[in-house]
Amino acid sequence: MPPLLEVQNLQTHFGTLDGVVRAVEGVSFHIDAGETVAVVGESGCGKSVTAMSIMRLIQTPPGKIAGKILFQGRDLLELTEPEMQAIRGKDISMVFQEPMTSLNPVLTVGRQIGETVMLHEGLSAKDAEQRAIEMLTLVGIPAPARRVREYPHQLSGGMRQRVMIAMALACSPQLLVADEPTTALDVTIQAQILELMRDLKTRVGAAIMLITHDLGVVAEMAQRVVVMYAGRKVEEGSVEDIFLHPLHPYTRGLMGAMPKLGSSLTTTGRTKLTEIEGQVPSLRKPIIGCAFAGRCPEVTDVCRRMAPAIEEKAPAHWVACHYAARAMAAA
Amino acid sequence: MSTTTQPLLEVKGLKKHFPIHGGILGGRTGYVYAVDGISFSINRGETLSLVGESGCGKSTVGKAVLRLYPITAGEVRLDGNRIDNLSQSDLRPLRQRMQVVFQDPFSSLNPRQKLRDIIAEPIINFGLASGSELDDRVGDLLDRVRLPRDAMYRYPHEFSGGQRQRIAIARALAPGSDLIICDEAVSALDVSVKAQIVNLLSDLQDELGLTLLFISHDLAIVEHLTHRVAVMYLGKIVELADRTTLFGTPHHPYTRALLSAVPVPDPTVKRQRIILHGDVPSPINPPSGCRFHTRCPFVFDRCKVEEPVLRDVGLGRMSACHLDVVPDTVPNQPVVAEAAA
Repeated sequence: MPPLLEVQNLQTHFGTLDGVVRAVEGVSFHIDAGETVAVVGESGCGKSVTAMSIMRLIQTPPGKIAGKILFQGRDLLELTEPEMQAIRGKDISMVFQEPMTSLNPVLTVGRQIGETVMLHEGLSAKDAEQRAIEMLTLVGIPAPARRVREYPHQLSGGMRQRVMIAMALACSPQLLVADEPTTALDVTIQAQILELMRDLKTRVGAAIMLITHDLGVVAEMAQRVVVMYAGRKVEEGSVEDIFLHPLHPYTRGLMGAMPKLGSSLTTTGRTKLTEIEGQVPSLRKPIIGCAFAGRCPEVTDVCRRMAPAIEEKAPAHWVACHYAARAMAAA
Repeated sequence: MSTTTQPLLEVKGLKKHFPIHGGILGGRTGYVYAVDGISFSINRGETLSLVGESGCGKSTVGKAVLRLYPITAGEVRLDGNRIDNLSQSDLRPLRQRMQVVFQDPFSSLNPRQKLRDIIAEPIINFGLASGSELDDRVGDLLDRVRLPRDAMYRYPHEFSGGQRQRIAIARALAPGSDLIICDEAVSALDVSVKAQIVNLLSDLQDELGLTLLFISHDLAIVEHLTHRVAVMYLGKIVELADRTTLFGTPHHPYTRALLSAVPVPDPTVKRQRIILHGDVPSPINPPSGCRFHTRCPFVFDRCKVEEPVLRDVGLGRMSACHLDVVPDTVPNQPVVAEAAA
């Protein structure tokens, strides 16, 4: 069975006055039906641009998208805007980071949830409100019949993110793209939302593309992980592979730099976090060699001259590093 | 922690209420009880962290200590001397000793000033150096925060977020301050850069004997660099203990819920989580009795009417809960698998 979504050699560039910004540079991955795939990386690694490219929300120009984005076998990049509109919100929907800015402040939440079902399923306004109430019930908002007539400012941050999820799931999409869905929330509210997403996934059966920089969230939610750096995929594997046997020096660096709760109980005194020296390279200039070479503790001349190809080093575990074999032997 | 010497900073019964104006005439219609009676002290060379969720009042505490606005009630003492009632002119020399690093290094640095001028400003203001000595001082500070000396002739926009936070730290160190308040100083940074800044702060503390009030919502980061922790909820401290006591055996039900809510970056760890229901109540109209009673899994009648005081519940741990022993329904700490290394 072909995967639900297959991204092949995606390149998203932006023309700016200072030159071309190569935000995504040849990224390929797939998502199977019902699966949760996390895309992780730091600011500017291209994870959000990848999501926006899939949704065709990149303005072209200045943006320029190349490659293939196959959704159920159709290349989304070939579709006309009306054809894409029929897919957006119905087959693929998106949850954004900022529930404050992504909801319309002058429409009731019921109108906003109802809009998608009226558009895609041709429901009447009355039926749409009914559906909105059902969706609010599904995402665990108390007193949904009252809340449906309220405006976003009357809801708390956690409630607004529930509304966003209700909107995204109103047409039972097959793929939910969630871009940092809990980053703006407090930890106790984040725990509620993650619990909700896990629960809804088993009930609705949608695949989730989860974009986050929080490795804790990844470990709790995802089956597979794609690690991005400077617009490239540097490693991909099952969540166990990535967390327990990371092969790319960048992935290993991220794991070491991430503070872990409970650290004071296993060590005495204050512990040092592993640093990744230096800064992310500029995406305005073409990068010669490995994108991570400038910060890599194991860099050699080969790395600076030649970009490593992404290769399957173990079953379903892909890595782009000249020295992956050595890392595997050491693991 | 020994208390034989005088604490550098002492806060007693601190309250900060913000009036709310509304109605046609703009009259006062109520108060936001942002900080409602908290006490703590920090010893010289120590790090105390204030943790809690948005709106718990942790940043307000930091700003009140700095006297960025007048406080409603309570006392703030620096080296045993009250500073909460000083006039601005009497307070000014003391500002040399307390500095702050804010969350967003993009808005806290003047984009039109070169680094030299940014870092030199506090030195000039307090008349500590001038001429070539000033440049030497700025250079030394750049060394301290591991930035190249020639960076002083460049502008903030030429630097990344992590580097800018180093600049903000250099500015905070410039007047020779001994208390630095870090208000979510690493929260906006990426994981790898965050680690650099956290390590830098720890190093600086060791090198210079700095005292840190570290305000953060990131519990894992706090655990890495703090000595003691105060957990805040709706303007009150609910638990105050040293690091290993708080993270190892949290007492207050809110502390436990907060710790259990942090996602663990290890897919092999499966643990029971206390999911708190509902949202944090409004600080305009805080719940009666214990402020946490509306969300507490262990709530009983007394909690709704009587406010628990922050008291010693053993091992020097202060907790504001009516229960002496909080039922252990959940394992309170995830076991971090060794294999994750």
